Amino acid sequence: MTPGPATATPVNPAPVLELADVSISYSGIVPAVVGVDLMVMPGEIVGIIGESGSGKSTLAHSVLGLLPDSAQISGKTLSLNGIDMLGASEQAMRQLRGPAAAMIFQNPMTTFSPMHKLGRQLMDLLWRERGLSNKEKRQKILKALQDVGLPDPAARLEAYPFQLSGGMLQRVAIAAALLMRPSLLVADEPTTALDVTMEAQILHLMHEIRRNAGVSILMISHHLGVIAEICDRVAVMYAGRIVEEGPVDVIFADPRHPYTKALFACEPALIETGATRLPVIGGEVPRPVRIGCGFAGRCPQVLECCCNATPPWVAVGAGNVSHFSRCHRSAP
Amino acid sequence: MTSFIMRRIGLAAIILLIVAILLFSMMHLIPGDPTVVALGPRSTPEMREAFREMMGLDQPILKQLALFLGRLAEGNLGEDVWSKRPVLTMIFEVLPYTATLAVASFLWAVTLGILLGCFAVVHHGKWPDWLIGILSVGFVAVPSFVVALYSLLIFAVSLNWLPAIGAGTPGDFISQLKALVLPSFAIGLGWVGYVARLVRAAMIEAMGENYTRTLRSFGVSERRIIFRYALRQALIAVLSVIAIGFGGLLTGSVFAEIVFSRPGLGKMTYDAVMSRNYPLVMGTVLVTSGLYVTCMIIADVVTAWIDPRVRSAL
Repeated sequence: MTPGPATATPVNPAPVLELADVSISYSGIVPAVVGVDLMVMPGEIVGIIGESGSGKSTLAHSVLGLLPDSAQISGKTLSLNGIDMLGASEQAMRQLRGPAAAMIFQNPMTTFSPMHKLGRQLMDLLWRERGLSNKEKRQKILKALQDVGLPDPAARLEAYPFQLSGGMLQRVAIAAALLMRPSLLVADEPTTALDVTMEAQILHLMHEIRRNAGVSILMISHHLGVIAEICDRVAVMYAGRIVEEGPVDVIFADPRHPYTKALFACEPALIETGATRLPVIGGEVPRPVRIGCGFAGRCPQVLECCCNATPPWVAVGAGNVSHFSRCHRSAP
Repeated sequence: MTSFIMRRIGLAAIILLIVAILLFSMMHLIPGDPTVVALGPRSTPEMREAFREMMGLDQPILKQLALFLGRLAEGNLGEDVWSKRPVLTMIFEVLPYTATLAVASFLWAVTLGILLGCFAVVHHGKWPDWLIGILSVGFVAVPSFVVALYSLLIFAVSLNWLPAIGAGTPGDFISQLKALVLPSFAIGLGWVGYVARLVRAAMIEAMGENYTRTLRSFGVSERRIIFRYALRQALIAVLSVIAIGFGGLLTGSVFAEIVFSRPGLGKMTYDAVMSRNYPLVMGTVLVTSGLYVTCMIIADVVTAWIDPRVRSAL
């Protein structure tokens, strides 16, 4: 449970990903993400943790402009490598997908077309390399597959996705993403569909990627263990908002937001043996609200102002640790 | 794969056997003396007796059935009541006309249908999509005899571009091709609409699959996603429907052959029914059923073969 070491970064480097006050809603009426601020620095692994419906997947997809047509996105800034994505045309975003940010998805079994050989699909993903012959592309792909530890890569190119296991397919997906040499890798619950052994291997692989390729990673998960394992910083998302953010060890040692505390109390690995009742957070995940605190309805420490005023973003870290919480109780 | 095909063929044989038994019973279920029904009320007793003997109608019914099936197994479909020519020979004479008609209609359906479907998907949600949606439903809804009559009026009568009747001069390919255009269009147009809707629906479904999201996340162009990936998935859906539909095209040729006075299996069946030419009716219906089940087998095999998941499971 030790977080990865913070990589040495130059003074005031430009963030790879910057979100300021980003809101996303579906069909204009259903808010999914409300006023999110987030930054990912070069070489950093940032985790977003939250339960189903908290808006974390919507947020991840918005980074690459992959939201469905029914989604509307607004805000001050959403930039990748300093390039604004909010005003970008579909054509401009298409150019950024891959080199600026690549993505790996939740279910590796459906990541690839079931009708085409993997080799064919990987070749198509390398469409930018017009200067390379098919043979050179193939060499590149084989090398990438070897790098992610896929056994017998040449045979896999001739295979269809259903002939590989979920873990192998996720390796292929990671290899494909790395072939883009992206600045940012967005991983949307990359291990949720895998068994525990595979999960450990994939997490190890992501560590190596950061070390060897210097890629920043935005890791989406609902699994505390996964976040603790590989992230430098973690943002806790609840009902469309980021409610707490800080270095992973600080948040795990000293959670400040009532939701984060409740979430940790429910972590199976941390439940005391012999407990007669499983700890749960009472109530259900509400729809994101634009005003007030989304957790107010379930919060054990709720105040009157929680329902009608959006809590402020307060620095709660000791010294110069950047630890923030969005709670009226943390407000001075 | 072989056992899969063998199972299909076995199934087809059972279907054909049932068809044959139904056809056989039909003759006995029609009210009245089958000889009178066949030969008409003004036939002489000698004629009826001769017919009875020829058809084996004087034998016990199960023996008749056994004899009938035995003859079928030998490939003997009997003789035409009037001309005394073997039914099978007569069918093989007209079969090529019907087959070309069905293939031509099929080509209309596949080429126009897939083109329109793709066009609708490329412009999904915009006016071309709507227009194609309305047109496709229209194509399906308009009965083919209306298409036949109007296309006759426009292209044969008014513009005089294409012949109104017949199958063209034998041996003259261009003339035969010209004679094929209108009838095949009349039969195929409904299928154009059907295929267009099918392609559109299947491709839109494919565009919502996770793997298309993967392709998008790598900046692969929509065009490539549509034509290399979504179309492939759509073609499977189209193929299985269309191969069964091809059997329908064979049987659907009846009316086009009558309206356009083309020789063919449909017209032969129609004439045989009108003249109560039982052996010929049985023969044409059996051959049509045979073609139908053959198309079904081909459809199953091709669908299984084109989908790698199904192919490897066989």
